[in-house]
Amino acid sequence: MQATKANTAPRRRKSLGRRIADNWQLYLLLLIPVVLTIVYKYIPMYGIQIAFRDYKASRGIVGSKWVGLEWFDRFFTAPTCGRMIKNTILLSLFSLLWGFPVPIILSLCINQLRFPRYKRVVQTVLYAPHFISIMVVCGMIRIFLSPSGGLINLMLGTKIDFMTESSAFRTIYIASGIWQDAGWGCIIYLATLSNVDISLYEAAKVDGASMFQRILNVDVPALLPMAILNLIMSAGSLMNVGFEKVFLLQTDLNKATSDVIAVYVYQQGIENAKYSYSTAVGLFNTAVNLILLFVVNTIASKTSEVNFV
Amino acid sequence: MAKNKTSNGLSERTSDIILVVITAIVLFIVAYPLYYVLIASFSNPYDVYAGKTFLLPSGFTLEGFKAVFADANIPTGYLNSIKYTVIGTVFSVTMLYITAYPLAQKELPGRKALSMFFIITMYFGGGLVPTYLIVKQTGLINNMWALFLPGGVGVGNMIIVRNYFQNSIPHELIEASEIDGCSKLRTFLRIVIPLSMPIMAVMVVFSMVAYWNDWFTALIYLTGAEKAPLPLVLRNVLIRSSVSAAQASTISGGYAELNKITEMIKFSSIIVAAAPMLIIYPFVQKYFEKGFMAGAVKG
Repeated sequence: MQATKANTAPRRRKSLGRRIADNWQLYLLLLIPVVLTIVYKYIPMYGIQIAFRDYKASRGIVGSKWVGLEWFDRFFTAPTCGRMIKNTILLSLFSLLWGFPVPIILSLCINQLRFPRYKRVVQTVLYAPHFISIMVVCGMIRIFLSPSGGLINLMLGTKIDFMTESSAFRTIYIASGIWQDAGWGCIIYLATLSNVDISLYEAAKVDGASMFQRILNVDVPALLPMAILNLIMSAGSLMNVGFEKVFLLQTDLNKATSDVIAVYVYQQGIENAKYSYSTAVGLFNTAVNLILLFVVNTIASKTSEVNFV
Repeated sequence: MAKNKTSNGLSERTSDIILVVITAIVLFIVAYPLYYVLIASFSNPYDVYAGKTFLLPSGFTLEGFKAVFADANIPTGYLNSIKYTVIGTVFSVTMLYITAYPLAQKELPGRKALSMFFIITMYFGGGLVPTYLIVKQTGLINNMWALFLPGGVGVGNMIIVRNYFQNSIPHELIEASEIDGCSKLRTFLRIVIPLSMPIMAVMVVFSMVAYWNDWFTALIYLTGAEKAPLPLVLRNVLIRSSVSAAQASTISGGYAELNKITEMIKFSSIIVAAAPMLIIYPFVQKYFEKGFMAGAVKG
């Protein structure tokens, strides 16, 4: 009776207290996620201040001595500092430039395939490398590039030890990244293309457009907003190189190009227990990222209606 | 008549052939390395070494697989990985669901602020060391839960699930259920969860893959060798090329042989580590695109 009355009469807004009380079970569901997020995400943010202190476990965070920018100073005057910043940026930038167009081109091709069973096989196989551990992928890279009995050297008839060549590192990193993730990157584009109105293709066919023209005039415009969004997002995390892969592919001899900030943060912080110093270097990395994200987002929202943060 | 001919003279048939050729080349590039590892893992290692197994296996041996499991750490690592994957997946998917469902309710007071509270952690975090120190302080060093708790809520996936709830589950159904006297919790358990199986399948697979393949979290937090998951155990052979004494003893022949045998152990280790996930994902593949689409569009 109450319900029918509420439905016919214009909805009266309940008081805030009442609405909160009505939803107590939903707040209860959120309790554990909120607590976990506070403990493991927000408290570490508070802990960032050890970047400005000389952190000693016995004295705690606030009890440790304030040293200002000393750790940053030490990082910027470290002999490998310039090299690490340069390597980090170049590795991400080249990965983005080479890696970004591949899923777009692939999904344009896959979408126009007219043999459903073959199309499915292509998709299944292309997704496969995404499901393999980076550890295993790096193991494969090392086997294939081995100077004795490695697939690449066998095919080329050479005995080059690629893992010790710093000039080869970026190519190895980027090519293997495309191999592993380009197929998976197609999903979002294929999903977008599957929403294209079929009547557009029909109309294009009636007008005598070839398949290539249909791709160019129907599919590409449909993909463009998603592609731009993706590009912006990646540009905003330029300083986040794939740490795990660099760590596993780094050798003493390829360090000239493989030395990146993230690996340094790990080595200093966890291996050498230089907590404050490592936090400072990590904070520098995060700060650059945030600035990039902000700049890119501002440009994007000025030039288009896309606003993603 | 002119149906198959188009303005620039390229027939539909020719275009089809071009696309098939392009995709076939890509298919080959992606599949060949995996195929090569597979045939090399049970071929005669000397033939692999001599480059005789480019297309077809040569000889047949399971020595590599035998050697892989001769190192006691590997069966242990395998069991650890299974344990972490199962517990981690149940935990993570539960977290995703209990976070996403309340945040999908448009009338929930404070919804915007709560969403923001989670989303901020996607863009800004404490970083490696401050997080490590908290994990240490909460007593999770060398404890399996260090793999699950700090990750907490996977915010990116949570948003996909939240959007799925908003877009793909008819709101009338939830209202009807509540009018019938179901509590919000009961509605969630009895109506929403059963209706969300496609997105749950996707999230379960994502989560399984993440835990099965994770080694870095374990490297930082699990200090005891007996707790290492499979990929971390395999680091010794795959990255450092070091073979345990137990593995070396399965090989007849001197030290000189060891190099080739090590390669065989590597091939076998890769198959052992990669096979489970490669077998599982095709079963839920059809949900990937649907799930992404329902989750990516804002409601």
